[in-house]
Amino acid sequence: MDSKELIARRVALELRDRTLVNLGIGLPTLVARYVPQGISVAFQSENGIIGFGAPPPTGMEDPHLTDAGGGFISALPGAASFDSGVSFALIRGGHLDMTVLGGLQVDVAGHLANWMVPGKLVPGMGGAMDLVVGAKRVIVAMQHAAKGQAKIVASLSLPATSTRRVSLIVTELAVIEPTEEGLLLRERAPGVSVDEIIAQTGAKLLIIGDVPEMPIVVAERDVA
Amino acid sequence: MQRAISAAEAAALIPDGASVMFGGFMGVGSPDRVFDAIVARGARGLTIIGNDTAFPGVGVGKLIDAGCVAAAKVSHIGTNPVTQKKMIAGEIAVELIPQGTLAERIRAGGSGLGGVLTPTGVGTVVEKGKRLIEVDGRDYLLELPLLADFALLRAHEADYNCNLTYRLTATNFNPLMAFAGACVIAEPDEIVPVGVIPPDGVRTPGILVHHLIERPR
Repeated sequence: MDSKELIARRVALELRDRTLVNLGIGLPTLVARYVPQGISVAFQSENGIIGFGAPPPTGMEDPHLTDAGGGFISALPGAASFDSGVSFALIRGGHLDMTVLGGLQVDVAGHLANWMVPGKLVPGMGGAMDLVVGAKRVIVAMQHAAKGQAKIVASLSLPATSTRRVSLIVTELAVIEPTEEGLLLRERAPGVSVDEIIAQTGAKLLIIGDVPEMPIVVAERDVA
Repeated sequence: MQRAISAAEAAALIPDGASVMFGGFMGVGSPDRVFDAIVARGARGLTIIGNDTAFPGVGVGKLIDAGCVAAAKVSHIGTNPVTQKKMIAGEIAVELIPQGTLAERIRAGGSGLGGVLTPTGVGTVVEKGKRLIEVDGRDYLLELPLLADFALLRAHEADYNCNLTYRLTATNFNPLMAFAGACVIAEPDEIVPVGVIPPDGVRTPGILVHHLIERPR
């Protein structure tokens, strides 16, 4: 299992029955593959649909039916489509239970930066700022470090996405909960020691007692 | 309305330097035939307002490629390296706007509001130069309305009265922009007789639309 799959399988355990969830482009999209058995989740894509599923067979795609990354999707029975105003009223208005987003950095206060690297990469914030402000829970799903550089840092060197404290950080090494007191190390990945996590983290971690191993969703479902 | 116009006639209405709102999300739900005609006309100096700049060679990306665009007010340019290159070279001035804020600024512009108060962007670089207003203990940014000289829409069906429907995720910003252009031009997939779209099915009342693009011949 590669690190992205491990992260997606752990994030999937945060899904709750009968909730509305938005998955960011990239790694977060993988979470839809691991919805736990017995749980029904409605996924929103911010370009204007709730209830989308796997892409149609090749050659049967609908050019009017895509996800936020421009990839073809299908609409499941019971799906709803709407304009961008409605989509962001859902997001900003407290109607979205959870969002899973990628991250470039998270600091000790739980602040996320995920929309630009000045002078290098300026993709734009898209819907990320609205998602972080509006979703009831914000989960950051990202690699623990990038090219030897810690992504969990004492203070952001990149422009923040929001001043909101995110709810949870899931990496291939650890699950970390930003709290008022700081970053609480909740779980460690299978076979990873607390010392290894500390070594790859650029901010102080709060460690209380034994840190349990991270559980993950084992079964894969035949969905998006 | 007397008749539907061609995409080339629509492009001829849009002068160099105009501000142009366009529907579309990564090119889905964009007025592609009008874009092709704008490129063919060789328009210059346009300010484009929309969600993103799609991909090179796709949707509004064609206007970027062809050098029609001087400024872009969008939420995302990450899928179009040509936009990024031209931004860095100083050829296109890019203003990045959070997606939900962009939608509400357009809605405000089109519905006669003086702006909207949003918590999105508070405490970030987006707040620069904007008024911070506290309401019931929470901080909001005052975001001002957006209007444009033209709104270029992609619809699914249009009837002879220009009532419009949209399909699935091709809807995106189109219905909002129908209110915010001084001149609204709609490019439908299908044109149907009056009465085919039931009143409840109309997403954009035809009264908002100035020009309809004719069927492809």
